[in-house]
Amino acid sequence: MSVTDRSRLALVFRRVLMLLLLGLAGGLAYAVLSLPDQAVGLSDRVRANMETSGVSNPVTAVLLNFRGYDTLLEMAVLLVALLGVWSLGSAAVYRRSNPEPVLLSLVGVLVPMLLLMAGYLLWVGADAPGGAFQAGSVLAAAGILMLLACKRPPVQLLGWSLRLVLVLGLGAFIAVGVSLLSASGMFLQYPPGLAGALILFIEAAATLSIGVTLAALFLGGRLDPDA
Amino acid sequence: MNSILLYALAGVGLFTLGLYALIVHAHLLRKILAINVMGSGVFLVLVSLGGRTPGASPDPVPHAMVITGIVVAVSATALALALMLRVQAKTGQTLLPEERLE
Amino acid sequence: METMTVLQWLLDGMLVLALVWLAWRALSSPDLFTAIVLFIAFGLMMALAWVRLQAPDIALAEAAIGAGLTGALLLSALARSNDLADRINDDQIVDTEKK
Repeated sequence: MSVTDRSRLALVFRRVLMLLLLGLAGGLAYAVLSLPDQAVGLSDRVRANMETSGVSNPVTAVLLNFRGYDTLLEMAVLLVALLGVWSLGSAAVYRRSNPEPVLLSLVGVLVPMLLLMAGYLLWVGADAPGGAFQAGSVLAAAGILMLLACKRPPVQLLGWSLRLVLVLGLGAFIAVGVSLLSASGMFLQYPPGLAGALILFIEAAATLSIGVTLAALFLGGRLDPDA
Repeated sequence: MNSILLYALAGVGLFTLGLYALIVHAHLLRKILAINVMGSGVFLVLVSLGGRTPGASPDPVPHAMVITGIVVAVSATALALALMLRVQAKTGQTLLPEERLE
Repeated sequence: METMTVLQWLLDGMLVLALVWLAWRALSSPDLFTAIVLFIAFGLMMALAWVRLQAPDIALAEAAIGAGLTGALLLSALARSNDLADRINDDQIVDTEKK
């Protein structure tokens, strides 16, 4: 096929695709518009069980208590993504040039504030918007800022300590679940008196884990100890 | 109540926009951007339809699902970007095999 | 009270328009760096949309992860991709598979 034939075919293909997708969008919009105006969903159930959940923020209660198993699996997904990235190659070596002084002073001011904010978001997640994922992502932002300022952690921390922190979140979750399994016979069924403390413990471990995992994902490769 | 439907329709629009860009563009980075836009559209539909509760506060279960979804989307994006860089290192181009320039 | 709902409708309408327009410009921009920056702006607008939908937890997560982290990941990948392309052009070190 000549070049003009191929480009004309591509144009026709794009027009047909646009029409098909407009049809799809119309169908989806019709489906959305034909849903009832009021739908209770699960909000009544959640509100009825909030006293036994140990926290007063309904989203945290759902994430860490009622659907805790989904959160456990999600932390496993994070770990598997990191393993996938690690299996594809080693991290790029940053050029050893001096970073700009503006960046260095900004990092000096921002990183302590970010650490403070991460701790606050973790603590306040029980009663107000916040929680482990928000705190973990702020922690990862602090880590990425330090990486951008060419401040790599010392080599001794890059081996087993790094791997320990990475599995800490998932490990804490599974440990709590298994101990509850042996104590009361149900995986991840928190006793109402201990629920608040258990949620805080799991969230703290998860925050550290999520922060380090996301920062390691940014690095984009294995950290060889001799780099 | 109808501002909820506005956001749901916006979500449908974003999903379709992302799907078109996913099919049409050949560069892998653009495909990754398109997938992220599609994901944001889906999250908008989920959360806006969860706000149809008769009381004042919306349904918290879709909120939790979407937070999980955002974290999974970022980890999938990171893996996809690492794969794209590996494809480029191996073949010299950031295109899928069937769209590669001969 | 009528002005409140009119203003709310105006806010929601403009936010939705901004979202769709930013997404379209990000996906159709010829320059990749512009596309990624527009995508970060799209993520921040999404955070505003989450606040309007009474989902502050999602707004926090989207601003930090969706806009911030994904933007940083994309920019880093773009820089590394350009670096790789320059190196491949300069000394032809394409690691081709054996046919």
